[in-house]
Amino acid sequence: MRGMTSIVQTVAGLVAGMLFLYGCYITLHGHLTPGGGFAGGVIVAASFILMSLAFGSVEDSERSSYRFSSFFESLGGLLFLGVGLVGYFAGYAFLNNLWAMVGRPLHLVSGGIIPLANIAIGLKVGAGLWAIFLALGASQYVMKEGP
Amino acid sequence: MIPFLVCVLLFLFGLYAIVVKRNLIKMIIGFCFMEYAVNLFFAFAGFKREALAPIITDPDMARNFVDPLPQALVLTAIVIGLATTALMLALAMRIYAKYKTFDITEIRRLKG
Amino acid sequence: MTEIYVVLIAMLAAAVVAIEVKDLLAAAVAMGMVGFSVAIAFILVQAPDLAIVQIVVEILTVVFFAAVILRTTHTDTTVGKRLKQELVFPAVVYGGFALLFMVLACRVFSELPAFGEPVMRVARDYIAIGLQQTGAANLVAAVILDFRAYDTLGEVVVLFTAVVGVLTVVRRLGRKADKKPEEK
Repeated sequence: MRGMTSIVQTVAGLVAGMLFLYGCYITLHGHLTPGGGFAGGVIVAASFILMSLAFGSVEDSERSSYRFSSFFESLGGLLFLGVGLVGYFAGYAFLNNLWAMVGRPLHLVSGGIIPLANIAIGLKVGAGLWAIFLALGASQYVMKEGP
Repeated sequence: MIPFLVCVLLFLFGLYAIVVKRNLIKMIIGFCFMEYAVNLFFAFAGFKREALAPIITDPDMARNFVDPLPQALVLTAIVIGLATTALMLALAMRIYAKYKTFDITEIRRLKG
Repeated sequence: MTEIYVVLIAMLAAAVVAIEVKDLLAAAVAMGMVGFSVAIAFILVQAPDLAIVQIVVEILTVVFFAAVILRTTHTDTTVGKRLKQELVFPAVVYGGFALLFMVLACRVFSELPAFGEPVMRVARDYIAIGLQQTGAANLVAAVILDFRAYDTLGEVVVLFTAVVGVLTVVRRLGRKADKKPEEK
């Protein structure tokens, strides 16, 4: 997949880092402000997609990106399950909110399992959408080789 | 009541694209419209006049909020919609690679 | 509430354009306009969570559509021709269904709670005890990750299935065909 002109590359290089940080912020503050794991994960995936569209990619980097994204996708899913199982093994229901009263309300450390689950969902959504973009947009597989 | 009827109209536009149009991409776009219509209907159903978004900024504030339940139901549905749309696009791309057309009547004729 | 009607009218106009235009890339862009109108409508009905997600998801949807259309074909060859014989029956059935649906919708909506005055029988409890029981200030996050976390678990499973489906459908072809066909 080819890259774009140097104007696009310069602007994308400036913007993509901030976009990534903004996605992390939205994910981490999901229990205090609008947003959460879904929105933050999609924004993180958008930052990766912006870099990929601007700078292009070669086949080796695409293959390593596949491994990277499938690792983080599985990690996110397992982390969500683990957050649920903590409540189960502590003697309550599955996905019970164990530490709901830890920390002060309306501050970053609050909400019990909700920030942890947000992080898990953010990882999962971001890695999943990045993998979908690689499959749909960047890979040269289908059209070149044909059925 | 008029916003609800607009949701129904958008739903019917999407259904029109799915039933009557013959292009696969147009059918996928129609599917997206039906999704949007349902999401919008949920959000409208939970709307309350003169109320705030359901985010507590002060523990002692008066809690005059819109309904958070439909918003929570829709939030997951939006991301699911993106993933299923991508799945349909992948299938459409695969069909194009085999038949070199998006026209479903052509595809049906070429099958035999 | 005048601005919401303006947004909704723009949304319907863009929907008609998206369905009827001949260039598929233009159709994808018009679909993007519908999605952004939906996002603005979400802001106007006080749902900022949904607006953020809808804006970003809409951008990615248009990117996916563009990725597919640029790799296949631009033109919709079916626009402008007369309705074919085998599609007359679906069109007639669709017309009847649409009429019936609108009539039923009018009757049902007259019995629903009016726009702007929801019942909120379940949500009253969520709003009252949400901060005390979960510690999360954003009540939507409290609902999706604490009160109704099973819903989110199911959503995660569906997302995983969809991603696996896409990667399976668009995988590298011919991994078996590369090998020589083995004799039985």
